[in-house]
Amino acid sequence: MTSIPNAGQAAIIEDIAAAIVANKAWLSEIDGKIGDGDHGSNMAKGFGRAAERIHGRDITLDGAMLILSEILMDEIGGSMGPLYGLMFEDMAGAIAGLAEIDAETFSRMLNAGLQGVQGVGNAQVGDKTLIDTLVPAVQAFDAARSEGFGPALRAMMTAAEQGRDSTIDLVARIGRSSRLGERSRGVLDAGATSCCLILTSLGTSVLQRLP
Amino acid sequence: MQRFLNNPDDLVDETVAGFVKAHRDLVHLLPENPRVVVSNVAPKAGRVGIVTGGGSGHEPAFIGYTGRNMVDAVAVGEVFSSPTAKSFADAVRAANGGAGVAVLYGNYAGDNMNVKMAARTVAKEGIEVATVVANDDVCSAPLAEREKRRGVAGEIFMWKIGGAKAATGASLAEVQAAAQKAIDACRSVGVGLGPCTLPAVGHPNFSIAPGTMEVGIGHHGEPGARVEPLRTANDVADDMLKIVMDDHALPAGTEVAVLVSGLGATPVNELYVLYDRIESGLAGMGMKVHRALVGNYFTSLEMVGATLTVMALDDELKALLDMDCASPAL
Repeated sequence: MTSIPNAGQAAIIEDIAAAIVANKAWLSEIDGKIGDGDHGSNMAKGFGRAAERIHGRDITLDGAMLILSEILMDEIGGSMGPLYGLMFEDMAGAIAGLAEIDAETFSRMLNAGLQGVQGVGNAQVGDKTLIDTLVPAVQAFDAARSEGFGPALRAMMTAAEQGRDSTIDLVARIGRSSRLGERSRGVLDAGATSCCLILTSLGTSVLQRLP
Repeated sequence: MQRFLNNPDDLVDETVAGFVKAHRDLVHLLPENPRVVVSNVAPKAGRVGIVTGGGSGHEPAFIGYTGRNMVDAVAVGEVFSSPTAKSFADAVRAANGGAGVAVLYGNYAGDNMNVKMAARTVAKEGIEVATVVANDDVCSAPLAEREKRRGVAGEIFMWKIGGAKAATGASLAEVQAAAQKAIDACRSVGVGLGPCTLPAVGHPNFSIAPGTMEVGIGHHGEPGARVEPLRTANDVADDMLKIVMDDHALPAGTEVAVLVSGLGATPVNELYVLYDRIESGLAGMGMKVHRALVGNYFTSLEMVGATLTVMALDDELKALLDMDCASPAL
């Protein structure tokens, strides 16, 4: 069965961090339309710090995720700190101790991350949050798993992008932008967008490492 | 707009650093976490601790209410962004005198999550936490969905009452009940005349067209109930009072505490102009003002505008409100 080793994968998280940092201005711009406009800077601060701390270290994927999680929860705060912090903490927990990560364990990891987010936030699909990216992406991965790890990752990435784009037509029902009501329609949700960046970077990095 | 800034990323740390220097007689920073401001008299053995926290940019809230018979420890977040769960947990630990800790904070998604996580963390250490979530902002949701309303300047009364109740030696449940009663007795409304800019972002995060005002605006520029042409101060004051009192439905003869706070860039004299009319309006409704606070008590960076909070008092709230306290802002 196709898999990647768990060891020596700090670069996967560094890639995610690089994607977030590279899109800092865009994320802030999206957020600024219906939020504070600080999503990009807060995310870049947290993910950037994580990249600095794991750079060059010989650690497992779950080890790198835990470092990222700790920074998000202990140093960033806001709404995104706990949401992404718990997502990565629970993802790490699902693959801790594994030598190899295959489609089945990757699925477990994704589902654990989803449950982590849902455990602390109350958002449902359609509320215009990162859940609109994460839920369909995880479902798409699971649905395509029988076709193999690679196809499942590609399905996940496609669904993440569609999920992100679905937030354009949604009215926010949770979080600060929900106070805008109808005025929140017509723009991307910043959390759904950063979640898509995370999942597409993760998918791309794992695909590159598949034998 | 011209600002006093070094690196915008350092703004919060520099704010807190200056604050604890200026008020070293009352407060200090937690050595192990520079995002927690602690009262010099905390923790008090056998007394319930009082904690709050929130995003920066609202000074003197939240840090300014740290002190004797007030808040024991405050978790400090980035500008307009919730403190971390770790900072809330560290604030709880710093406030813990062994009788439990009441976390009294505002109803925002990030704060709800981080307080919840912090409470879980400290519970494992045997610290009992009770929470009260402020939801005094009338225009942020209908009365029937009061649990969805934001917390705004009424939080100051909630902290005052909670801190005073804790000082009487009351139990955690009693402190929680008093703070809950205080915020339940508060109604607030904000009116915005001009937007504010997060220094790290560099441009206003919403707009208010010249000649207009946003009635019901939130503490971060959340849109209000309506945008309409700016009217005279008296008309605005009447409107604010009507919004608050229609929601309140208080019987004539009720004693009230009133707070008129600037949002950051409104001259203080204009706040008194509003207050003059508000107190007359209250008198016309048969209300008696027991205490008034007018000034920049809970701001939103350099937003132009003001909030009005009216708290209905009973004998208990009145006595707790009148209890002596010492904090940088009250």
